Amino acid sequence: MQEIEISQLRALTDIIKQRHDYDFGNYAMSSFRRRIQRVLELYKFASFDALMEKLQNSDSKFFQEFLSEITVNVTEMFRDPTLWVELRENILPAMLTDNKTVSIWHAGCSSGEEVFSMAITLKEMNLLDRVRIVATDIDNAILARARDGAYSIKNMELNQKNYERAKGLYSLDAYYKEQNGKAHFDKSLVKDVSFREHNLVSEVSFAKFDLILCRNVMIYFNQTLQNQVLKVFHESLHKNSFLAIGSKESLIWCEIASKFSVINNEEKIYKKVKE
Amino acid sequence: MHNRFQLDDHYRAIVIGGSAGSFQVISKILSSLPVDFELPIAMCLHRLRHVRNGFVEALNIKSTIIIKEPYDKEPIRKGNIYLAPANYHLGLEIGNSFALTTEELLNNSRPAIDILLSSAAQVYGKRVVGILLSGANKDGAVGMKHIKERGGLTIIQDPKECLIDTMPVSAQKITTIDYSLDVQGIIDLLLELNLRVKLSKDKV
Repeated sequence: MQEIEISQLRALTDIIKQRHDYDFGNYAMSSFRRRIQRVLELYKFASFDALMEKLQNSDSKFFQEFLSEITVNVTEMFRDPTLWVELRENILPAMLTDNKTVSIWHAGCSSGEEVFSMAITLKEMNLLDRVRIVATDIDNAILARARDGAYSIKNMELNQKNYERAKGLYSLDAYYKEQNGKAHFDKSLVKDVSFREHNLVSEVSFAKFDLILCRNVMIYFNQTLQNQVLKVFHESLHKNSFLAIGSKESLIWCEIASKFSVINNEEKIYKKVKE
Repeated sequence: MHNRFQLDDHYRAIVIGGSAGSFQVISKILSSLPVDFELPIAMCLHRLRHVRNGFVEALNIKSTIIIKEPYDKEPIRKGNIYLAPANYHLGLEIGNSFALTTEELLNNSRPAIDILLSSAAQVYGKRVVGILLSGANKDGAVGMKHIKERGGLTIIQDPKECLIDTMPVSAQKITTIDYSLDVQGIIDLLLELNLRVKLSKDKV
């Protein structure tokens, strides 16, 4: 199949915006192109124009499937174990010094591995009942999977390894039951988690948090959109609260950089220091 | 000797892919470049997905130029050498910056060479040089094809010299390879390319 040109991608994002009210115009183009290429192959579209036509004429059912396919949902439990050690030993204790309740936002939570990792970490610190967790994603279908907390058993070897490197106290299998090739995690871990649909592209701040985790999500946005989303995060953080981004992301090139200080450069944890 | 390859002087970036059997090769290349090498080099070498540290440090022992693992959105600077970090795909983005992603494994790899090479073809067109070294799978072949289709220069390590020749041979099967060279040949070509690019800039 022919390679997709930038002008075609522009036409595609225009149609999606008009017909389905989602704006992908400021997504990073190189990865967006690959996602579209992937959809063309997955659904065996005869041409790029056939996909355009389908998006123009389709109901929301096809669009929801399309949305699930173009968003990247590759993740692990305790991804970057050293970050989780830092959270466990320094960041979470600093947040929870007095007896107050704190809140955490997992922005772009995908299938929920990070949310379960957080809940397990907090439970092992005896702090789970003092933390209010909100987990959001653009894709409703993936949120349903996050709520379900059932992951392929073949991922558990890696997840267990990550958990050990993250200085987990027990064994990861203490938290799940194996059934039909899946690890079904203890749902009481996330019983107080609010999973909700939220599009970082178009929405504004909806609450204040003590910690926001948005790891490997903004890499799919261009700099303009990153700046816009970081403004929302800045508004959504109390002063002296924390932001954690992916280990190979950086705020250096972002407008908002001066309002944050670096707490841990290896793990990319920042603190909001200015309103 | 400086005209052995009859190279154009319009090249602006070099991308290199390697896998099993490529570490010594890449080390030798990196130890032979002048510190004021003109062009940026981006490398994707297959590596352990869950070991973040150690690899770039090992390459830096021999390299004349300090190699870094770029951040997402980091601008590509001339004379710098970059290495795809563990567990991320590395691509080039319009506007001369790097793009890291966590997309699915490609050719069983993350980072995948095809992603670096194809994105380089998209961004640089005929101004990119693609080099594919020893390796045990077919990652990089499609990327080399894209580079050729857009008019770039394609180079493989001579399969006869490769510890494992699957990777360069796979590329050879699906696209035109401009040069098949042993390690010393690749080094000579890069040195000649460097001089050509430097001279063309002096003229302006």
